[in-house]
This record gives sequence, C-alpha cells and structure tokens, in this order.
Amino acid sequence: MLHIVNKSSFERNSLKSCLNTIDDTSIILLIEDGVISAANNVNSYMLADLAADSRVFALQEDIDARGISSKVADNIKLVDYAGFVDLVVEQGTAVSWV
Amino acid sequence: MSTKKFIYLNRKAPYGTVYALESLEVVLIAAAFEQDVSLAFIDDGVYQIIKGQNTDGIGMKNFSKTYHALGDYDVNKIYVSAESLEERGLSVDDLMPLTYEDEDDDWAEKTSIKIISNVQLTKIMSEQDVCLSF
Repeated sequence: MLHIVNKSSFERNSLKSCLNTIDDTSIILLIEDGVISAANNVNSYMLADLAADSRVFALQEDIDARGISSKVADNIKLVDYAGFVDLVVEQGTAVSWV
Repeated sequence: MSTKKFIYLNRKAPYGTVYALESLEVVLIAAAFEQDVSLAFIDDGVYQIIKGQNTDGIGMKNFSKTYHALGDYDVNKIYVSAESLEERGLSVDDLMPLTYEDEDDDWAEKTSIKIISNVQLTKIMSEQDVCLSF
C-alpha cells in the first residue's frame, strides 16, 4: 500500500500516525510540505529505517520548490510526477494522510 | 498618521498552504502605510526564506524573490529563530541574503537578518503594539 504524506512532521502528526499503521509492504511518498521530512533534521530518525529499506520516496518538484534539494537524507528516493503516477499504479491502493 | 510597531510571526512552510504568501502581502501593505514593521520566521516559517527555491515543477509562483524587496520598504528587522533553524538542520548560510541600505550610514548595504533565541523573541514581541501570526 502507498501512503502519501503532505504535511510537515514539525507541524502535524500525520507522518507519525501513518508510521503507526503501516505494514511490512507499505511504502511512503512525501509530497507538498511533507517533503520537509525528507531533509536531514531532528525528525530524520522517524524515516531512517524505512528509507534504508528503499521504502521512502519524495517528490522532486516539491523539494526543489522549498530549496532543500541539497539536504535530502540518505536513501530517500526522489520521483517526479510521472514517478508519482507509477507508484500509485504499482501499489494499487493509496492512502492520503491529509 | 500614527505609527505602530507591528510584528509578523511566520510559522508555516511556503507553497503547501497560502499562509506564507498572505503574510508577505499584509507585510507589504503595512510597510506601504509606513508602519514600523518587524518579521519573525519561526518553526517551519524558516523555510520561507531558504535560498535556491525553484517552483518551476509545481506550477506556483516563486514568491521568495519578493522578500528581497522588503529592504526598499524600510522593512529591515527580520528575525530568524536559532532553535527552529537548528532543529531543521539549517544555518544562516541556507538563508537568502536579505539586505537594506542604511540611510544613516551613507546608504551602506547591511543585512536585515538577525538570528535570535526564543528568549530574545519574547522580548521583541513584548515591545510591539500589534502581533500577527501566520
């Protein structure tokens, strides 16, 4: 299942709630203000293990808009809008943690 | 016209919500009315003034360039939370160089940005007539 998170982990608990409910096959896509969680910061520990398992993606366009492309944490995979669509198609079911 | 001291607290990242852009609009209005305007960037608001923002891919206006105009509106008190930068793995080097020309010093170009602690922000806020949070 694809879990889409679009809020900053500094401002909302949606990433935390998402992480509480995922299973071993789930993957996470960070978009909009959610990409702040893709940058190296004090909340990076939340996603480090999943990223090491190649299960965390972030939308390149939203990272570029926020000027944090040089800050992206290790192992987080970047996708463009076409890659976003591919993830949705591949995973079948998507949850948006708005 | 009477002048009041305004401070605008900017707490949200840009683009994901409209707060950052709306705050900037209101700041420019207050500045146009020649009020004493200060800005504070705290929490995710620090992302509003990160340099190198490129919105080509998301189809939204890159309004970060507008912050460079603040100096020309005599808005030159821009406070940035040291704690908020630190938590986000950011430093002053990641911020846009926002400057103004000091008319009392032969129009020398000076930085408008001051990195402050939460304690300093408390004091600055206590000195204001109006405090608006976005």
